Amino acid sequence: MVASPLSPPPEDAGLRVSLEVEIPSDCAYIERVVDLVRHSVSELSYNPRQLALNVPVALTEALSNAILRGNHEDPHKRVRIRADVDERRLVLEIADEGVKFDIDAKTRDATDPENLEREDGRGLFLMRALMDHVERFDVAPGAPEGNVVRLTLTRA
Amino acid sequence: MSFSIKKEGDIVVVDVEGQLIVGNRQELKQKVLDELERGEKKFLIDFAQTGYIDSSGLGVLVSLSKKIREQGGELRLANLNDDLKTLFELTKLDTLFQISDTRDRALSSF
Repeated sequence: MVASPLSPPPEDAGLRVSLEVEIPSDCAYIERVVDLVRHSVSELSYNPRQLALNVPVALTEALSNAILRGNHEDPHKRVRIRADVDERRLVLEIADEGVKFDIDAKTRDATDPENLEREDGRGLFLMRALMDHVERFDVAPGAPEGNVVRLTLTRA
Repeated sequence: MSFSIKKEGDIVVVDVEGQLIVGNRQELKQKVLDELERGEKKFLIDFAQTGYIDSSGLGVLVSLSKKIREQGGELRLANLNDDLKTLFELTKLDTLFQISDTRDRALSSF
């Protein structure tokens, strides 16, 4: 699947904020990106729980996956973030330069008793629990590497 | 974000200020493991001043709980706000930890 352009916002979507951020493959940047996106979302009166839980946790998971599992903290690789927020929905796209992966195959049920005491493996599960849609695309048609993870959340 | 550690009787209390996420989880883990190595057995982590926790933060809590239990000790949690409680419920980690609404209740539960 290749990243498709975001569908245009409805004509009555009102105020719309777009944000593009690029960071090195370093987890130290995660909080700053989350703060930037959260600030944009807060301007559009999203539900306090979405601001305090859904957005920061899901975005942190996507960023840490891109930095650690996608780019393997390679200082020569970058992570690109695009946020598109209006009064109806938030779309976040997180792009890495890593090996392609199957998002369904990688998602583990964190509530399975066998997984409950595992230290890792909750990231994709949490993203899917906290967002309305979680999708993975190729960065570009024919690109040998690179993933875009798109998170979509409807304003509550 | 920071972690402060103090003793309340024989209980080691850790306050998590800010986020507990992939960027700082190792710092929390090391601080608690250092106390465990000194022979401490009872641990309380207080989340009254915590923003959000990611899967790495949850994973560190699970890992610490196992290590502390292996040494005959116990890790308990306190002061999860509604959003953090939801996170524990979504992952069913509320079934793995003893969680108290207040620090005092947690301290008296040991």
